[in-house]
Amino acid sequence: MDFVLDKKHEMARQLFKEFAEKEVKPLAQEVDETEEFPRVTVDKMVKAGFMGIPVPKEYGGQGCDPLTYTMCVEELSKVCGTTGVIVSAHTSLCCDPIMTFGTEEQKQKYLVPLAKGEKLGAFGLTEPGAGTDAQGQQTKAVLDGDEWVLNGSKCFITNGKEADVYVIFAVTGMVEKRGRMQKEISAFIVEKGTPGFTFGTKEKKMGIRGSSTYELIFQDCRIPKENLLGQQGKGFNIAMHTLDGGRIGIASQALGIAEGALESTIAYVKERKQFGRAIAAFQNTQFQLADMATKVQAAQLLVYKAAVAKATQKSYSVEAAMAKLYAAEVAMEVTTKAVQLHGGYGYTREYEVERMMRDAKITEIYEGTSEVQRMVISSALLK
Amino acid sequence: MNLEEYKGVFVFAQQVDNELSGIALELVGKGKDLAKDLGTEVTAVLIGSQVKGLCTELAEYGADRIIVVDDPELKEYRTEPYAHALAEVIRKYKPEIMLIGATAIGRDLGPRVSARIHTGLTADCTQLDIGDFPINPVPGKEQKHNQLLMTRPAFGGNTIATIACPDFRPQMATVRPGVMQKAPRVEGAQAVIEEFNPGFTPDNKYVEILEIVKAVSDIEDIMDAKILVSGGRGVGSPENFKLLEDLADAVGGTVSCSRAVVDAGWKPKALQVGQTGKTVRPHVYFAVGISGAIQHLAGMEESDIIIAINKDETAPIFDVADYGVVGDLNKIVPMLTEKIKEAKAQK
Amino acid sequence: MKIVVCIKQVPDTKGGVKFNPDGTLDRSAMLAIMNPDDKAGLEAALRLKDQYGAEVTVITMGLPKAEEVLREAMAMGADKGILVTDRVLGGADTWATSQTLAGAIRNLEYDLIITGRQAIDGDTAQVGPQLSEHLNIPVISYAQNIKIDGDSVIVERQYDDRYHVLKAKMPCLITALAELNEPRYMTPGGIFDAYDAEITVWGRANLVDTLDSNLGLKGSPTQIAKASDKVRKGAGEKVVLDPAESVDYIMDKLLTKHVI
Repeated sequence: MDFVLDKKHEMARQLFKEFAEKEVKPLAQEVDETEEFPRVTVDKMVKAGFMGIPVPKEYGGQGCDPLTYTMCVEELSKVCGTTGVIVSAHTSLCCDPIMTFGTEEQKQKYLVPLAKGEKLGAFGLTEPGAGTDAQGQQTKAVLDGDEWVLNGSKCFITNGKEADVYVIFAVTGMVEKRGRMQKEISAFIVEKGTPGFTFGTKEKKMGIRGSSTYELIFQDCRIPKENLLGQQGKGFNIAMHTLDGGRIGIASQALGIAEGALESTIAYVKERKQFGRAIAAFQNTQFQLADMATKVQAAQLLVYKAAVAKATQKSYSVEAAMAKLYAAEVAMEVTTKAVQLHGGYGYTREYEVERMMRDAKITEIYEGTSEVQRMVISSALLK
Repeated sequence: MNLEEYKGVFVFAQQVDNELSGIALELVGKGKDLAKDLGTEVTAVLIGSQVKGLCTELAEYGADRIIVVDDPELKEYRTEPYAHALAEVIRKYKPEIMLIGATAIGRDLGPRVSARIHTGLTADCTQLDIGDFPINPVPGKEQKHNQLLMTRPAFGGNTIATIACPDFRPQMATVRPGVMQKAPRVEGAQAVIEEFNPGFTPDNKYVEILEIVKAVSDIEDIMDAKILVSGGRGVGSPENFKLLEDLADAVGGTVSCSRAVVDAGWKPKALQVGQTGKTVRPHVYFAVGISGAIQHLAGMEESDIIIAINKDETAPIFDVADYGVVGDLNKIVPMLTEKIKEAKAQK
Repeated sequence: MKIVVCIKQVPDTKGGVKFNPDGTLDRSAMLAIMNPDDKAGLEAALRLKDQYGAEVTVITMGLPKAEEVLREAMAMGADKGILVTDRVLGGADTWATSQTLAGAIRNLEYDLIITGRQAIDGDTAQVGPQLSEHLNIPVISYAQNIKIDGDSVIVERQYDDRYHVLKAKMPCLITALAELNEPRYMTPGGIFDAYDAEITVWGRANLVDTLDSNLGLKGSPTQIAKASDKVRKGAGEKVVLDPAESVDYIMDKLLTKHVI
């Protein structure tokens, strides 16, 4: 068992770190304040090849492994949670399902420009009445001649209005399963600009405020028959498979946020003086930091393990769920402690830990809440 | 190489557009000191086209002898004809020391010439002395006397090194402008003038000048300023430099800046103080909103009085400031400007 | 077109340097990076490659560890990497370094050689022009802008108050300033490829037309007499006052020092 990164991963980390420090960090506060999507940063990430890291070269990607992708999201999220999730949603939730389930034509048409970053991807599963419960889907797709006709809406969609290519789930019929009638769900690829596909309201969020979170609305939206992704009726499997990968992305984001808050706090406690000495000299500070650092390290090991599992194992649902569950909860705990150690200043927007604490919360919620992760893990244990 | 054959201190008298550069006179001044220590003379090497008129100035600033290489090929600085001219002067006259300004011209010319004549070159020196090498006797090693000891900063100004060139001649150095002092001008002083032309035959190394674009600016040379009001990233915006300009006007100084300001595009490169900008030594240097990266300090720490205003009390600028004020420049600078105006009005 | 870019691995001096207890530089405590001017030179070469098509070879002289900067250069888009390393090359000054590089480059075909203006550890700006002299080709220092015109390069060459637009026949050597451009980032896929690629390693035996007496410490005309940590003048006074008092404080100093 080897816990040391090899040289190419080490160099990749250096790259992500340098990029994050130079290009992302200076804008993080502004992105949060203005709630504007950091298009400039995305353009730079496109040039640097960050939008298709785990996609093979023949499909326009970088041909790297999931671990490299994980480190990218981690380093970006250290300085800006918004930027981290843009890459994560694009890569894990849009490139990955097309890579895994798409036909050769679909890969050429959609994956290549996505992996090159010429197009941005998004993923639409969640609906107002169907979050954790995917069976609550209301969006319908009906085959009419050579076209699927979509009706319904999706909500809380990351990269919502900024994306060009969307993987959308819709009910395509009813099937009997274990004696009960269940919704048959299928996946589709929908392009921005398709008539009948519009955007609803922009969500005003607690954190990751620069991320473009929108409602997607489909009204008699007709897409070509060949834009069905995977087999008809396999949508639920596609969604679950995709979310397994997505959870590694979000776990990386959570990990990055926690690391960022820890670094920021270490710097602060060395500077901040109370009662005539740096607060780093107080045992409470020291012990808090020790706990924070230990948990961050544990989270990192789980996240990296899940990333390696994605590359080497057929199923990695449990690893991904554990990584996301733990990293998200650590992110929340560490950022909360970071604010506490900053005292009054930590509650102000002058210090980035305030933003990090708000950004951290979503990692316990999206792409499967912590409760869902516990369900996934425990059901594997009790199988 | 018979080292004994090499005699005299030579300096490259850089001229541009038939005007001597400040460094030329600084080198004559320093060369004179070194020549005195060695009991020899200082010779200026003047290279250009129709530049003989500059001899008077060189003589009055202390040159004992001037070698003039005058040729139409030398009208504008180009590496090859100038390197040829200087290398041939060195081959013919065999100086023991050859000093060149560490300017955009000198730092191109110096290495090309040193490579051609096979000798060492020490770059960007800030101090030159005559002394022994090794500085302290080392058993089993000959201690040579009357060596040129060339001192220069390295590692971005973090270290200083003293270099010698004991076995090759001439001992060559490029010298940072603004560090050495000119000698006082002596009206009517004379020098021996010798003309020398090694012949110029263009070859592949002669580049063609297609165009010369002079930066149109009325920027004052910050190296000449007695008082500098220098701003850093902490000034916040290009507009906010108005505060510094007002202060400079009131106190009779010039505005300069740090590298961060140039990188941000707020001020032109000509105003940059520091390792990659200019070395300044004004009477008073106001460092306003400058944190004081080591590269910046390297360019201004020789100033007589350094006054720093910075809101970060841990800023390294305070380590070199004579008077450090921790506070908000936006409040302090305008009030200071007003007070100075009042004080001047009362006089 | 074939372009050779000379790069150097240097300690990152940004944020200060670290010293050993004996006052020598602690290189191991500092991050080793690609020299910034060299990186700009590499970027210039890669842009020429993008624009005109070219094969870009990066070459460095240094310890075996310097292979890292070659990989970095290849991850940015360079095609080949050559490491020149040998014990006998150690302790070289700029004369011996330029002799070594010239000896190595004589093995290669090239139209253009690009070097950084200067390295941040030595700040000499000498190796580029000296190398051009040893190879007997023209040099254009301080390049701001580089274009190819047939068998020539057209370069804007910066001076203090002007720039010259120069035309030189290739082969030719250009020294680049960090201000020349904003170097691209490596790509993640480029990093993976760079680590799978072979780096050519050359030693003394591979240097063409080079005398032993011109190499390493022994071949260096300049010798260090003394090196030390820079002695700075100590800090003066530092005051924390409200703005009005701060102004009075400065005024008092300006008046007593007869500045006004």
